[in-house]
Amino acid sequence: MDKMPKWADIVLIPLISLLLAAFFSALVILAIGENPIEALKLMVDGALMRSSGWGYTLYYATNFIFTGLAVSVAFHARLFNIGGEGQAMLGGLGVALCCLYVPWPHWSLAILGASVGAALFGALWALIPAYLQAKRGSHIVITTIMFNFIAAAILNYVLVELLRPVGAMDPASAKFPDATHLPSFQDMFSTEGNKMFRGAPANVTFFLALAASVFVWLLMWRTKLGYQIRAFGHSESGALYAGISPVRITVIAMLISGALAGMMSVNTTMGESERLILNSTEGAGFIGIAVALMGRNHPFGVLLAAILFGFLYQGGAELALWTSIPRELIVVIQALVILFTGALDNMVREPLEKLFIAMRRRNA
Amino acid sequence: MDFLTLLQVLDTSVRLATPLLLACLAGLYSERSGVVDIGLEGKMLAAAFFSAAVAFYSGNAWVGLLAGVGASVALAVIHGLASVTFRGNQLISGVAINFLAAGMTVLVAQSWFRQGGRTPPLEGDARFNPIELPFAIGPSDAAAADRPLSQLIAEAGPLQQFYSELISGHSSLVYLALLTVPFTWWLLFRTRFGLRLRAVGENPAAVDTAGVSVVWLRYAAVLICGVLCGVAGAYLSSALQAGFVKDMTAGRGFIALAALIFAKWRPVYALWACLLFGLFQALELRPDIIENVSGLKVQVQLLGALPYILTVVILAGFVGKAIPPKASAEPYIKER
Repeated sequence: MDKMPKWADIVLIPLISLLLAAFFSALVILAIGENPIEALKLMVDGALMRSSGWGYTLYYATNFIFTGLAVSVAFHARLFNIGGEGQAMLGGLGVALCCLYVPWPHWSLAILGASVGAALFGALWALIPAYLQAKRGSHIVITTIMFNFIAAAILNYVLVELLRPVGAMDPASAKFPDATHLPSFQDMFSTEGNKMFRGAPANVTFFLALAASVFVWLLMWRTKLGYQIRAFGHSESGALYAGISPVRITVIAMLISGALAGMMSVNTTMGESERLILNSTEGAGFIGIAVALMGRNHPFGVLLAAILFGFLYQGGAELALWTSIPRELIVVIQALVILFTGALDNMVREPLEKLFIAMRRRNA
Repeated sequence: MDFLTLLQVLDTSVRLATPLLLACLAGLYSERSGVVDIGLEGKMLAAAFFSAAVAFYSGNAWVGLLAGVGASVALAVIHGLASVTFRGNQLISGVAINFLAAGMTVLVAQSWFRQGGRTPPLEGDARFNPIELPFAIGPSDAAAADRPLSQLIAEAGPLQQFYSELISGHSSLVYLALLTVPFTWWLLFRTRFGLRLRAVGENPAAVDTAGVSVVWLRYAAVLICGVLCGVAGAYLSSALQAGFVKDMTAGRGFIALAALIFAKWRPVYALWACLLFGLFQALELRPDIIENVSGLKVQVQLLGALPYILTVVILAGFVGKAIPPKASAEPYIKER
């Protein structure tokens, strides 16, 4: 029998962890001499009260859905893919090559092609650590960390030496052709008299992210492969006994994870900057860890957590604009969320379990 | 390339290897006890800021060092709580600590100094200044002779050049870091505490059966790790550079982690690994030297990525296998 009802595991524990993170964030804001309630008001105003605010919130959320899904698929196979950042960087390279060197007739074809390019590059970048983990037993966390740095070096080299247009100063590729321009929310939802999402970068990739969430849900809970991945994550020896190949599952789970992380770049590189720049990922690969932990590795949870982090990101930008609180506040909040929902999970869980067992005894 | 240029490159390598070495040994204590620490970077960063900030206010680098160690140890306690007391995921805890430090340092720096996330530059005794060893040619000789130091060294004999340029003229923390290597070897391999520390990383159940506290040993290791990361951070901001800037560790914590694997979790090997990675960093600053020597145009980016690539190769076991302590990253549960 379970120690706790399921709703407590899925809703109560993340909620308490989140409240703890929020409490400590408020303390931090107080400590630097600002008012946490005023700060929250500003964040809500800037991120949720105007359609352009939502346009930014959903733009960031799109990135975090992809990277959150990437981390959670790997988590299901009990693999900690900390290399989402590097996989997304290489994904960006895939997007750029697709957009620059293929003459696309229409954006709808271009986004499909770019997605394939991004997924392919991201998956390839995850393949080597996956192979080394499966075959040579090198720890995936360490190799994926190393691969983040190697990816940054490669991207730097490619942008400075190869893709940079002649005469350009900053390390970035040429601008993508107009045919690859993705419709933004402003293009899609504005009517004659009423401009919506003015100037916001949210674009059609958001729906691609939603589709990816549905895909991951179907894959993990409605296919044999998903079942095998989850079985492997629960018990490697059990999975082996059932005839599931650890090498195959490790490699496949990491390929899917890397592909999802890579596809994040469709949003940033094709949807926003429309050229490949040096730091387009901006740490989104790492935020995927917080998002997956908070979303309890379920696509729906990841979606909610991604929107929450999108709000924090946009709200944080507003704070930096109007107050003296720097954007790094978001990094602190992100750290607290990872700490409480991930590392200190037992701190919340154990007292709750005891409480539920005590309550059950009293009722019995 | 002449002898003096070589010495200069090696001198820079030693300077750049020092923070790597301290962080690497920090990780060594932690990982030998079975607690994986990918939060070396964050602890160094926090120490770099708090040591620079306190050194600025107090005007004393040693007081700053204490503050830096304090900040780093505070983060180490969080890591200990998460990984030992609450038996959480040590990797996730490390990630959280890195972000906590990256955010908090800028937040506090902005609130205290309002200079865009940096501290004001440190001067005089607020920094760890170079120590001139006896009989070496140093700035005081240059002042006495009223000639530039580089000229004096260039005229000296090769042995004196070697002594003055490479051995002398580092800050006290460099010598401290070098002394930590034999000390760590002695502590780990010649004392009872060391034996127990290594045992708890391999087989905590056996240590527990012998009546020694697993929790206490792992906390001790995590705290030593915090102290050493603190010294590494203080060295970065108040010896190598004069003041804190945002994200100044720049991946050094991860290079140290790479060096630790490269050294197969052994203190003396760690020294060589860190010196090698320090050399890469020094050459990254002087790509002209490689070009002059080899006639090849070497990509700076490749040089920067070399420690990471080498570590992956070592991890893959193609060139000598690196096997971590057996109980790495596994929380110890007394009764199942």
